[in-house]
Amino acid sequence: MTSLFKKFLPLEKTHAELVADSGVDPFHIVVERVLSATEAIINGRQMIMAGTNNYLGLTFDPECVAAACEAASKEGTGTTGSRMANGSYAAHVALENELAAFYQCPAAIVFSTGYIANLAILSTLTGPRDVILLDADCHASIYDGIRLGSAEVIRFHHNNPADLEKRLKRLGDRATHSLVVVEGIYSMLGDRAPLREIVDVKRRYGASLLVDEAHSLGVLGQNGRGLAEEFGVEGDVDFITGTFSKSLGSIGGFCVSRWPELENVRYAMRPYIFTASSSPSLIASTRKALQLLYRGSGLRKKLWDNATQLYQGLAAMGFNLGPEISPVIAVRLPASVGETTAIWNQLLSRGIYVNLVLPPATPGGGPLLRCSLSAAHDQGQIDAILDAFSEIRDQLHLHA
Amino acid sequence: MQRKEDILEQVYVLVRPYAKEPIELGEKTGLVDEMGLDSVKVMELMTEIEDHFDISIPLNILPRVHTLGDFAEQLQRLLNSADS
Repeated sequence: MTSLFKKFLPLEKTHAELVADSGVDPFHIVVERVLSATEAIINGRQMIMAGTNNYLGLTFDPECVAAACEAASKEGTGTTGSRMANGSYAAHVALENELAAFYQCPAAIVFSTGYIANLAILSTLTGPRDVILLDADCHASIYDGIRLGSAEVIRFHHNNPADLEKRLKRLGDRATHSLVVVEGIYSMLGDRAPLREIVDVKRRYGASLLVDEAHSLGVLGQNGRGLAEEFGVEGDVDFITGTFSKSLGSIGGFCVSRWPELENVRYAMRPYIFTASSSPSLIASTRKALQLLYRGSGLRKKLWDNATQLYQGLAAMGFNLGPEISPVIAVRLPASVGETTAIWNQLLSRGIYVNLVLPPATPGGGPLLRCSLSAAHDQGQIDAILDAFSEIRDQLHLHA
Repeated sequence: MQRKEDILEQVYVLVRPYAKEPIELGEKTGLVDEMGLDSVKVMELMTEIEDHFDISIPLNILPRVHTLGDFAEQLQRLLNSADS
């Protein structure tokens, strides 16, 4: 073994202990066959998929599938080039125009993934004289983006506008050269940013604001634009980033801005320049999904009905959940990592797939069973998820 | 002017609960190697230290912090620039 691998030995040990404690290897789950937006075969068994971020269930929408097939057939399987070279097809530009119109913004840029969108924007928009103030629970793509950049970086306590204000105040005149970064819905616990209060603080100190709407696009707001629309503060949000890989059911990312000067940033973003652009089929299905999302208040209502039913059902059973009803429902069990992994495996054997999230990736440190709901889940599936959790409740002797 | 020795004494008190096993803390004690802190624990510790000293600690200092002594030096710089 080359010495380069030595530093990973503790990971190997932790992994082996987890498998020994729980009797299952949670990091090698293979989806053997996908059956629909909410069902798949895993370990030879049919599962209800309740951990996919497929909020509107559009991955199997006939119009999206047809658009993807037609684009692949007409334009090929890949662009084989960067957006800055041969990889900007008419459809990429059309999608940017459609996103700009959807958000009523003058500028939009499309990236190859949501991760790359945050990596590109956060590493490039701010420079050595600027300061980024980020919510402590922000996603890894945000942390990685700022790490790639040169700005000074300060964290504030999660969802705490008073702490943000304290830190902006300490900056003095530099506050006007700062970018506050929050998320619409946080991916682990499903809680929302207190965006009205954050906007109030950022206005008073002259800071800029970026909201990552990855989990809130298509989920919040009358037109599905996310938390900024839901709270009526879009005019005060300077940048919105997001992904196509959740509500829009494909792969890709974007940034929109109320500032037309965003267009100048395009030419400076290395993660935008030095990667191949999205394939024609992905762009085509995303464009179709965006149309459906725009028209799709019925899908949002169904999603929230499902989320409310599952959240309230689990809360009534006595489970410790995230702080508010959301399509992301995190269940924190009074159990160790090994025990939680074994329980997660028990859910699998009952035909229910949820995300097992282990520390250090979780807020607060303990393991989580993270469910995410879809508009495509039907009543029978919600009942089956609740039944499976009910068995766990009895086993753990939880009380309502 | 804050003295590094005084800051170190406060740092010892704040970091002691984070040590995986009881160890003797000194200026050369490594946060990762000897105390066994992972990245998330380092973040939690930073937050606690920020609240204790009432300062913001930029994440950018982390690559320069290996030992408790390094940490105290960075804190001294931040505290003294906040005072000036």
